Amino acid sequence: MIMTKDNHIKTQNALIEVLNLKQYFPVKSGLFGKKFVKAVDDVSFSIERGETLGLVGESGCGKTTTGRSVLRLYEPTDGRIIYNGTDITNADMKPYRQKMQIVFQDPYASLDPRMTVGDIIGEPIDINKLAASKKERNDIIMEMLGRVGLSSEHANRYPHEFSGGQRQRIGIARALAVNPEFIVCDEPISALDVSIQAQIVNMFEDLQEKMGLTYLFIAHDISVVKHISNRIGVMYLGKLVELAESHELVFHNVHPYTRSLISAVPIPDPVNSRKRTRIILEGDVPSPLNPPSGCRFRTRCPYATERCKTEEPKLTEISKGHYVACHNI
Amino acid sequence: MKKPLLDIKNLRLSFFTPAGEVKALNDVSISMQEGDVLGIVGESGSGKSVTASSIMGLIAHPGKITGGTIDFNGHRINEMTEKEMRKIRGKEVSMIFQDPMTSLNPVYTIGNQIQEVINLHTDLNKKMAYERSVELLELVGINEPEKRLKQYPHELSGGMRQRVMIAIALACEPKLLIADEPTTALDVTIQAQILELMMELKNKVNMSIIMITHDLGIVANMCNRIVVMYAGKVVEEGTADEIFYNPRHEYTKGLLRSIPKIDSEKHEKLIPIDGTPVDMLNPPAGCPFAPRCGECMKICLKRMPEFTQITGTHKSACWLLQKEAFEQERRSAK
Repeated sequence: MIMTKDNHIKTQNALIEVLNLKQYFPVKSGLFGKKFVKAVDDVSFSIERGETLGLVGESGCGKTTTGRSVLRLYEPTDGRIIYNGTDITNADMKPYRQKMQIVFQDPYASLDPRMTVGDIIGEPIDINKLAASKKERNDIIMEMLGRVGLSSEHANRYPHEFSGGQRQRIGIARALAVNPEFIVCDEPISALDVSIQAQIVNMFEDLQEKMGLTYLFIAHDISVVKHISNRIGVMYLGKLVELAESHELVFHNVHPYTRSLISAVPIPDPVNSRKRTRIILEGDVPSPLNPPSGCRFRTRCPYATERCKTEEPKLTEISKGHYVACHNI
Repeated sequence: MKKPLLDIKNLRLSFFTPAGEVKALNDVSISMQEGDVLGIVGESGSGKSVTASSIMGLIAHPGKITGGTIDFNGHRINEMTEKEMRKIRGKEVSMIFQDPMTSLNPVYTIGNQIQEVINLHTDLNKKMAYERSVELLELVGINEPEKRLKQYPHELSGGMRQRVMIAIALACEPKLLIADEPTTALDVTIQAQILELMMELKNKVNMSIIMITHDLGIVANMCNRIVVMYAGKVVEEGTADEIFYNPRHEYTKGLLRSIPKIDSEKHEKLIPIDGTPVDMLNPPAGCPFAPRCGECMKICLKRMPEFTQITGTHKSACWLLQKEAFEQERRSAK
């Protein structure tokens, strides 16, 4: 990994590169005023082919927006998105949609209740004209159902006949139908029961192994993200505050926000959890409409200094592949 | 042994829906002593929230208690009228809910909503009720309580609203606080704040807590006793250490195997529980977990096992244990 002079994080074999991505949403305020919610503000990262990059953070930190902007489901306000060496920031997305797919959080809302499962999976095949004949289309659908652990007789049923976990499988089958290289997984397991979550997590891992997929895995459950990701980025109020290899991020994190975030995760082990010291943060996340000046975390940070008020910390590499945005390290 | 604070015996509860009878609780017995923090763990449809609602006397049509008893603090809850129930609800037993936005009334100020409880259950006059509500907000860690009392729920953040809910629940210093997924809608750092607050307050006002959650991390942290529910039945019960270090029901074992642990050094593959959750309209005849159980035997599909007492505090309803017990008996007879 190299750091270019304008602070871009680049990898040699990157499938996705995101450079200084900004995503502002306008909100009305007053009679003439127009304000912006800076949902994502100057975020850069890259994902290598076959890698899983996890994004964690609390609600409103911009992790979902980042995922959607990468797919250009939102038009980025500024910054560049590079897919496999090609700048797609202003490109016609049609040819890329086939390569870049998404799995949504809520399997109850993301499937059309009036379509059969076969048609749900078949739709992207039709749009991208991937099947020459009806039989071929049907074969692809059956193959996809098999891949996600459903059986062929499920194709003629409707989404309401399935449980949450099975619906999420359908959503994944739909994403896989076009044979993508890259999938944004936006909280794909948070709506599922605990006993089902592991099934889906394992499936994501198996599919990655078999199909060489690259994931951007967005979730607020840090234990799950740590389990599935090679590297993890931590976001706070639209900024990437720390980025490192998963193990490094969980065990050797340095940003005060990451530290409190990791320490707040309840661990299912009574003895260890009694031994653990938690760093409890004061207060709430400030509104992204009026983010604090300088470092955005300074209002809740126990180590904040004058410098944090005026100067925004840059994401810098402190050890190989470990990036942190904080003045006090 | 001291008389338990809460004693639920053989509770049966059904929802009579147009599609048929859903047996939400099937022979549930739970008891807790004063000072306990009891965790009820289970997934959606396991009956954990319904259990809580029945303690509060909040079972609405088409739900109906079809058998069993609930004794709480000298009251037989399942035989009380709504009028009698109102006297103890909020006073002796309180509840906080998952979503603090929908459980506060948006058109009343925070002050109104706290004072409503105080007026209903105590003889404090207006001024004293106001002072008490300021005191309560301070207790739950809200800054500038006088200002907050005049605000409406939408002006507060999620964590703050949950603090207000706790303040309302604690207004009359209840003996028992039931928390139904109190932090599921909150972020992790806020969740840590709220859980810490609850434990702090437990010691301050000397109450017992029932913590209902699907998050095993939370119960490991807070609870001294844990009840594991599956498909309307209690399948295992024990101390936190017994449940986490010596689980004896296949469902509990499966759950513990299937969750990733943030403090594990190696990448270990998760072992999921196969199959799908039970369809409560057509529950299986025997043990409800049998269709998903790796150790399923013929008898599991036919009859529900009785509890096997493992230690004085630990019991589990699984045929495997019965078989063990049976074989042990046979051996000692020889």
